[in-house]
Amino acid sequence: MTDLTSKTIAELRDGFRGGEFSAREIAEVYNSAVAASKALNAYTVETPDIALAAADAADLARAGGNLQPLSGIPLGIKDLFATVGVDTTAGSHILQGFQPVYESTVTANLRNAGAGMLGKLNMDEFAMGSSNETSTYGPVLSPWRRTGSNVGLTPGGSSGGSAAAVAAQIAPGVTGTDTGGSIRQPAAFTGICGIKPTYGRCSRWGIVSFASSLDQAGPMAKTVRDCAILLEAMAGFDPKDSTSLDLAVPQWEANLSSDLKGKRVGIPKEYRIDSVPAEINALWDQGIEWLKDAGATPVEISLPHTKYALPTYYIIAPAEASSNLARYDGVRYGLRDVPEGGNLDAMYARTRADGFGAEVKRRIMIGTYVLSAGFYDAYFTKAQRVRALIKQDFAKAFEQCDVILTPTAPSAAFGIGETTDPLAMYLNDVFAVPASLAGLPAMSVPGGLDGQGLPLGLHLIGNELDEQTVLNAGLAIEERAGFTARPDKWW
Amino acid sequence: MSVSNEQVRHIAKLARIAMSDEEIEKLAPELNNILGWVEQLGEVDTDGVEPLATVIDQKLRLREDVITDGDIRDEVLANAPDAQHGFFAVPKVIE
Repeated sequence: MTDLTSKTIAELRDGFRGGEFSAREIAEVYNSAVAASKALNAYTVETPDIALAAADAADLARAGGNLQPLSGIPLGIKDLFATVGVDTTAGSHILQGFQPVYESTVTANLRNAGAGMLGKLNMDEFAMGSSNETSTYGPVLSPWRRTGSNVGLTPGGSSGGSAAAVAAQIAPGVTGTDTGGSIRQPAAFTGICGIKPTYGRCSRWGIVSFASSLDQAGPMAKTVRDCAILLEAMAGFDPKDSTSLDLAVPQWEANLSSDLKGKRVGIPKEYRIDSVPAEINALWDQGIEWLKDAGATPVEISLPHTKYALPTYYIIAPAEASSNLARYDGVRYGLRDVPEGGNLDAMYARTRADGFGAEVKRRIMIGTYVLSAGFYDAYFTKAQRVRALIKQDFAKAFEQCDVILTPTAPSAAFGIGETTDPLAMYLNDVFAVPASLAGLPAMSVPGGLDGQGLPLGLHLIGNELDEQTVLNAGLAIEERAGFTARPDKWW
Repeated sequence: MSVSNEQVRHIAKLARIAMSDEEIEKLAPELNNILGWVEQLGEVDTDGVEPLATVIDQKLRLREDVITDGDIRDEVLANAPDAQHGFFAVPKVIE
């Protein structure tokens, strides 16, 4: 039997249904692979028993003829999703030991669809980071290395544990969340697929909040089809999230088609940045050719406010974060530190000083500043006005095209400790952030390897609610890129 | 516009994060760097542009004014660092 860990979710599902193997066999193979991967630091908690229980239920369901869409499939869950009775810490010391008494809507949807859970996945603290280096558990190591080098690379972030787990084949698929690129940049760095759906498709209920107007959950997996399968199970209206979209979940998998005849692919001229390595721009050109080959017509478009997206994001996201993270006060859950003889105020300040890491503090401070009396209009309101212009740019662009193609990230994966300047780190999301600010669906698909042997991703942005065209264009690229490279196992 | 150490200390107080003088010294230039960078938004003409209120057009829903959960006191308190007599307990606030 071929190694089950090299199979896609679609292959596992179909093989399990066809009786080639049992759900228990799948779970056991993955549990062992997870247990043998500690060097990657991808999992913060392993839950082999939960995976086995779901597998046994799936085997029973198969015998009883009542299979669910994800029966037999074990998944990794980003540590940002509340999972009942299992540590949920958002990669932060301030939440260490927190075991929710409730389940997030997205993970409940996955469980109801029959999926099991292999464990919780490491991430940048509160999803603030692009390299997984801000986690209280220490950085995740990418399974990828530069050719002929042993230097430890980041898997990207914030969904870095998620990305590393799929690339290392210690989970067939995982959940991620994306506030300003946290699904797409790590997917690009690790040679996998990841999609952030339209804002409101996936319920935010039970996901630890970072920036509520931007946060969206989405799947990461080996293939475009697997992403479609997982997203169908994760999405759906939830009355418990006031921004959840009250719409039926489309049949993304059944409607997958790489025939792009009649589709127009927008190529935004503002994304052509000189400082981006030539290999990345060359892959972008190759991507245009692939989509043409699939029947699409490229059109040059303009998104004039692109250069203002990152600064806009770095006002809005910290502002929302400073407000959301006010809840960590040492009273209701999480860490409490009280200085000797200290009062309530001293408890708040000491708990938050001890509980938050440097990047989270930095963002809370920026957010607090831009929302403070006298500065609110100059920073926050101004940013929300520019955000409206960025959204308008996309609305105009989608009058001329059906999907937009860009590179996912301005570089391949970098080494752990190589990027120390916060601003330089923020620039990682230069191509990802505009779609986040506009709430649009966007996906990264692997396009090829660079000269150092590291994966590079192509990025597709769709119009509101049009995940289907994003997935279809992703499929067209996937079929033509023929990306089958896997990291050599060193862990 | 740049923030002084004194302003950073004030923001830290607003944010309820205890910070030593050394931390303030280190953070001030980092914040100034980031704030200096975001100030490029000043170049954008936003006259007459309404600030974005909702990223995907939707109306906030209303629901019936009924209790949808409740009677879960012990669950609510389950993760409290200190709970006594069915309440969250904190250091004394009244001298």
